[in-house]
Order: sequence, then C-alpha cells, then structure tokens
Amino acid sequence: MMPGRRRHWPLLSLLLLSLLPLSGRAAAVNVAAAADLKFALSEIAASYEREHGTRIILSFGSSGHFARQIPQGAPYELFLSADEEYIFQLARQGLLRDRGRLYAIGRLALLLPRGSPVAADGELRGLASALAAGKLQRLAIANPEHAPYGRAARAALERAGLWQPLQGRLVFGENVAQAAQFALSGSAQGGLVAWSLARSPELATRSVAALIPGDWHPPLRQRMALTQRAGAEAQRFYDYLQQPSARTVFERHGFALPTD
Amino acid sequence: MDWQALSLSLQLASATALLLLPPSVWLARLLAWSAWRGRAALEAAILLPLVLPPTVLGYYLLLGLGGASPLGQAYQALTGRMLVFSFDGLLVASLIVNLPFAVQPMQRSFAAIPRELREAAWVSGLSRWQTLLRIELPLAWPGIAAALALSFAHTLGEFGVVLMVGGSLPGETRTIAIAIYDQAQAFNDAAAAGMSALLLALSFVAVILVSRLGRSLPRR
Repeated sequence: MMPGRRRHWPLLSLLLLSLLPLSGRAAAVNVAAAADLKFALSEIAASYEREHGTRIILSFGSSGHFARQIPQGAPYELFLSADEEYIFQLARQGLLRDRGRLYAIGRLALLLPRGSPVAADGELRGLASALAAGKLQRLAIANPEHAPYGRAARAALERAGLWQPLQGRLVFGENVAQAAQFALSGSAQGGLVAWSLARSPELATRSVAALIPGDWHPPLRQRMALTQRAGAEAQRFYDYLQQPSARTVFERHGFALPTD
Repeated sequence: MDWQALSLSLQLASATALLLLPPSVWLARLLAWSAWRGRAALEAAILLPLVLPPTVLGYYLLLGLGGASPLGQAYQALTGRMLVFSFDGLLVASLIVNLPFAVQPMQRSFAAIPRELREAAWVSGLSRWQTLLRIELPLAWPGIAAALALSFAHTLGEFGVVLMVGGSLPGETRTIAIAIYDQAQAFNDAAAAGMSALLLALSFVAVILVSRLGRSLPRR
C-alpha cells in the first residue's frame, strides 16, 4: 500500500521551515550565570539592552555545570559563578582573561511554601521543632556535591545540629533554582535556597522566607570573569556589571556587595 | 562505584519491565487484531512518550503526582508515602515512558500470527484463555522478550524525568544515571568514568540481546 504523495507535504514543509535562518543576528553576548542570579541579572541585562541595543543571552544553571562546560569549548564569553573557586580553577587552566572580579556575596534563606508546618525562623528553630514533631517530610536544598548553595545549606544545617537528623528527608535540586522549585512544589515543606530567589516577586507571593545568619556558612563569594572568547561587547557588559547602577540592582535582590 | 545507585537502577528497570508486561500484551493484541475507530488515536497516545521531551513528562508528573495534587494526596493517605521524590514516583514515570518500548515489538509479533491459526484453535475447542496461553504467547515470544529487554535497558538509561521528579535521594531516587551526572558536576571524573563504562557495557549487552531477539521476529 503506497501512501499518496500528498501525505508527505506536512513533513516536507516542516523540514524546509527548519532550514530558514533564525532572525537577523544582532550583536549578542553569551553569558553563563549561576542559578541564583536569575532575577537580578535578568533585570540588569534588560536595562543594558535598552541602553546599548546589544542582546545579552543569559544561560542559568549550576556553577559547577558551567565550570565543566567551559573547558569543553562552551561558547560563553562571560561566566558569573556563585563560587569563586570555579573561576580560579578555570583561570588556572588558562581559559579566562584573568581571575575576574567579585561582584556579590550570596545569602542563604529558609524558604517555606504558604501553609508550611515550619515556622519562618532564620536560626532554624522552627525547622528543628517541626522535625521533632514529625511534621517535616521533605526539605529541599541544592546538591552539596556540586552546587555552592548546597554546600552553604549543609554548613548551616550542621551549625544548627540538623544535618544528621535530616538524613533521609533531604531532596537535592540539581541547582539552587531547582531546589527552590522543589521547596514550593507542594511535595516538600520547605528548603534552604538563595535569598535572591526567595525574595523575588515570582516566589514571594507563594511563600515566606527567613534570612539565615551570614556567619552560619562559609561566605558565598560570587566571582565573574571574561573567558578567552570574550569580544568587545562582552567586555562592555562586564564593565557595566561593575557600575553603581548594576551593583544597586544586585543589592536590591538581596545580595551583599563585596568590599574587597 | 555507587553500588546503591546501580542496584536502585536495576530494581527500577526490572520492576518497570515486569509490571508493563500484562497491560502491554493486552494493548499489543488490541492494536494488532482489531480495527476500530479509536485505534489510531490509541496507537498515537502510546507512542507519545517516544517523542515528548522527558521534561514535559516530568513537569506534568510534578503537577499531577505532587503533594498538592489529588492523586498525590490520595496516594499519601493510602500508603503514608509521597509519590514525588520517591521510588514509587519514579516507577510511575518509568511505566509511562516505557509503554511504547514494551508495546511496539509485541504488536509486531502478534500481528504476524495468522488469524486462521487462532480460528483453528477456537474450533478445536480451546477457550480464549487457552488460545492465548498455548498458541499466541508462545508464537509472540520473541516480541515479548524483545519488549522486556528494551524496556529494561531503556529504564537503566532514564535521566530527564528522574532529574525532574527525583531529587537525587540516595537509595530512593538516585539512579545510576543521576549518580553519574552528580559525580561529573562535582569533578569526580574517576567515579563518573567507572560508572559510565559499566552502564555502557550493560547497555551494549542489552542491545545485542534485543537485536538477537528481533531477528527471530516475524517480518510482515
């Protein structure tokens, strides 16, 4: 049974469509950024695009993930890491222009969905009592093996004496944004995530959050650097990120500003 | 080598392959032998997981099985466990994803059984059940075995859905594919390489098995 020739048209036209070039490529800068920058950096990039007409293409993910991809030739011109170690590591491999700049200090927060049995307390006493009362089934954090915020969450839980008691109840997000999504998915009673995500309007309407003391975990020293691929446009955006206007945006999104 | 993750993956793969067997046999026979109006739609629905991105499925599962969903809450009331972030949830996801891998080879096998043969069995006094057990299943065996091997092998490599609804819990949802990902992200290359090599070998054996079984499949 030969199908009629007309049957092939939908498929053929799809294939032809896929050959059309994408919209005219204006100047664009490819940026890899830690997941906790989702809201702050999107805002800064939008104002930069308005002022300079250059497209900023943002990819958000776990810093460790980008640190794996850049040596493999990933086409990023600028890398904003949540942990400066990754920048130093790439710099040692000669993949970056220099050891970059500190741009922000990240803060950790307890994020709770509305109606959570856990009380919003940055010193985690509410978490401890909910756990003791058997009201806590799942707590989401980023994976401590490769996500900076996961390591910070582990340190804070150890400091509160909750790391061991929570074993078997922790759910690991692949990066801190996924941990936040898990925390609010209705399947967990909360999570330890980036303060910069917790206070964004997108999350704040659905949750309550409490800031965890900054000295409960090693500081999340967030460093950025240009890669060897960076062009003049990337350099310009990198400089822009160090201007007071951009620093104000970072601060408004809950980051502390580095003084060194 | 994360033996816990490997054993979890093997458990998930076995459970998926075995649990899919009865419904797939029923669906494969239905699609192979009956001509009714809804057939094309049913066939398309079964094939959907082949082309849908695992993230789409993962997203719907998060919504549909989560603690806020009626299904998730009913399950929790029944078992005291949650579906998301649990082995049971991964199993539900695996069953959906692997349905086409189980149904397709069986359907080809059943379609190749001549109708006269089944009619001959019936007029010889065999009941429908006896015909199924003594005539149809033995004849369709290569397709059934291929379906088992395929869905087993495919579950071993399942990644996207598990990443979306698993949460990388050791002994619960950290499958070997997720363990490899975590180790690679953490720059533990030796661990990632060892596990990858093992998975490569396992998958290779499974594929050889499937193709050998496939060769004994009847051609239409």
